[in-house]
Amino acid sequence: MKWLMNLKDITKRYRETTVLDIANLNILEKEIFTILGPNGSGKTTMLKIMASIEEPTSGEVFFEGKRIDDRNRSQARKKCTMVFQKTTLFNTTVYKNVAYGLKLRGYSKKEIAEKTKETLGLVKLTGYEKRPAKQLSGGEQQRVSLARALALNTRLLLLDEPTANLDPKNVSIIEETISRVNREFDTTIVMATHNTFQAQTLTNRVALLLRGKIAEIGAPQEIFRGPSKDLASFARLENVFSGDSNILQEGTSVIMVDDGVEIETALEKSGKVTVFVRPEDIIVSKKTLASSARNIFKGKIAEVTDLGSVVKLRVDAGKEFVVQITKLSFVEMQLNIGSTVFLTFKASSVHVVQ
Amino acid sequence: MWEFLQDPIFQITVRSLQISGTATLLSVLWSFPLGTVIGMKTFPGKQLVKDVFNALLGMPTIALGLILYLLFSRSGALGFLHLFPSPQAIVLGQAILVTPILVSLTTNAVESVDPSIRDLAKTLGASDLEVSITVLRESTGGVALAIIASFNRAIAELGVALAVGANLRGNTQVLTTVIAMEINRGNIEYSIQLMVILLTIVFAITILTNLLRRRIE
Repeated sequence: MKWLMNLKDITKRYRETTVLDIANLNILEKEIFTILGPNGSGKTTMLKIMASIEEPTSGEVFFEGKRIDDRNRSQARKKCTMVFQKTTLFNTTVYKNVAYGLKLRGYSKKEIAEKTKETLGLVKLTGYEKRPAKQLSGGEQQRVSLARALALNTRLLLLDEPTANLDPKNVSIIEETISRVNREFDTTIVMATHNTFQAQTLTNRVALLLRGKIAEIGAPQEIFRGPSKDLASFARLENVFSGDSNILQEGTSVIMVDDGVEIETALEKSGKVTVFVRPEDIIVSKKTLASSARNIFKGKIAEVTDLGSVVKLRVDAGKEFVVQITKLSFVEMQLNIGSTVFLTFKASSVHVVQ
Repeated sequence: MWEFLQDPIFQITVRSLQISGTATLLSVLWSFPLGTVIGMKTFPGKQLVKDVFNALLGMPTIALGLILYLLFSRSGALGFLHLFPSPQAIVLGQAILVTPILVSLTTNAVESVDPSIRDLAKTLGASDLEVSITVLRESTGGVALAIIASFNRAIAELGVALAVGANLRGNTQVLTTVIAMEINRGNIEYSIQLMVILLTIVFAITILTNLLRRRIE
């Protein structure tokens, strides 16, 4: 696939400290690319360099095949926009915030009105035009920021932690909008996040950024299949268990976790191991299931978190398990805090942290 | 109506408003860009420049008036301009007088704007000039305060108007110079009338500007 942006030998230094060191990175056309990394890993700096609002100490940035320099920087800025992690709004109405970039691009009043209405609809803020932007809730403010960027219909959209510190409803609206814009308008999106769930579900490719360097890059399935120590060092993996593993005759192993919990895995490993199970790989049922799955636990729901279309449950089954099911299943099974459930997962769903 | 328009008090009031209003607007032309640059840019000696403008806030008006008189009088360096005595000389003098106020308050206003607004304007496609205008617009409150303070300083000052205007009847007389002259003559009642007009102007403009600013914000 053709690349839209290329970062070549990019470094960024603040005095003696190198905060970014990227040998070569291509952003492909029409993809959603996630930069996953902990706070201070250089994600924001990388996005600002891509947005041409910060210059690298050395190296080159190519956009649409052309090297960005002083002569074409302002043109590049008009084809690529960024939404900041810290919501920044002009001290005026929602309408004027969204209209700002459109005015700079010379659109007529009628076009501005149409585009503003359209993008506010996308982020579910129809009717908010006359409201003072700074008086909205945090989530609504971030949606105004997103609408302001989307109105420009740029080829490249850069999002810096777009859902950080937002409630599930706003997270869901923003995630849905990101997917829709990429799908319907072919907008290439680069998103910085430390949310592993978003990195797995929303994106085509993921780069793991640690201390300013890309530690790993690939499709989410590759990065999360057997997470490396790099990923495990910062990502908040759910259902991580450690214990002594003993190889069974059948070619599997059983891991003796604390509190009498035993987890069977399809790997032949002995000794001290750390494993994890993805929340979405665990089946929740009200009765035991007759299946080939090797791991079955009985427990009680301790916590319920609404994530929009899905619901996250914390289940106490001797050890705490986090599971994820659709909201529809949650409603149909009439589950609630305190409900007794069975958790079932295959031995092959147990992954070792490498 | 005609008689009212010919009334000396009305004419002096209108002249005061014209001279001080023009002086403030004239100063805005150089002070806003200067204040914006000082507020937004980082350069060696920036603090010193800010300190100089802050120090000039307390410039005695009569001292500035005297300097300008020496420049504009026939034997002065700028005597060939034939500005002494004239309303234009007062306008220029008051514009210089309010420059430190406009520059200092604009700098403060610009510096108080969230720095991320600049990055935001840039990423939405603004040029350097458009970024500056956006930052200035975001500091409406501070900018309005700078204009009010400057106008009030200009209309209430006496030294410059007296030194380079010479208080000529029907030509360079403004509210403050006439009040001073009438006090010397012992016309206290007339002076009080003019003082009430002066204070009314100052308060009315301050209130109106604040109302306007709130509406814009």
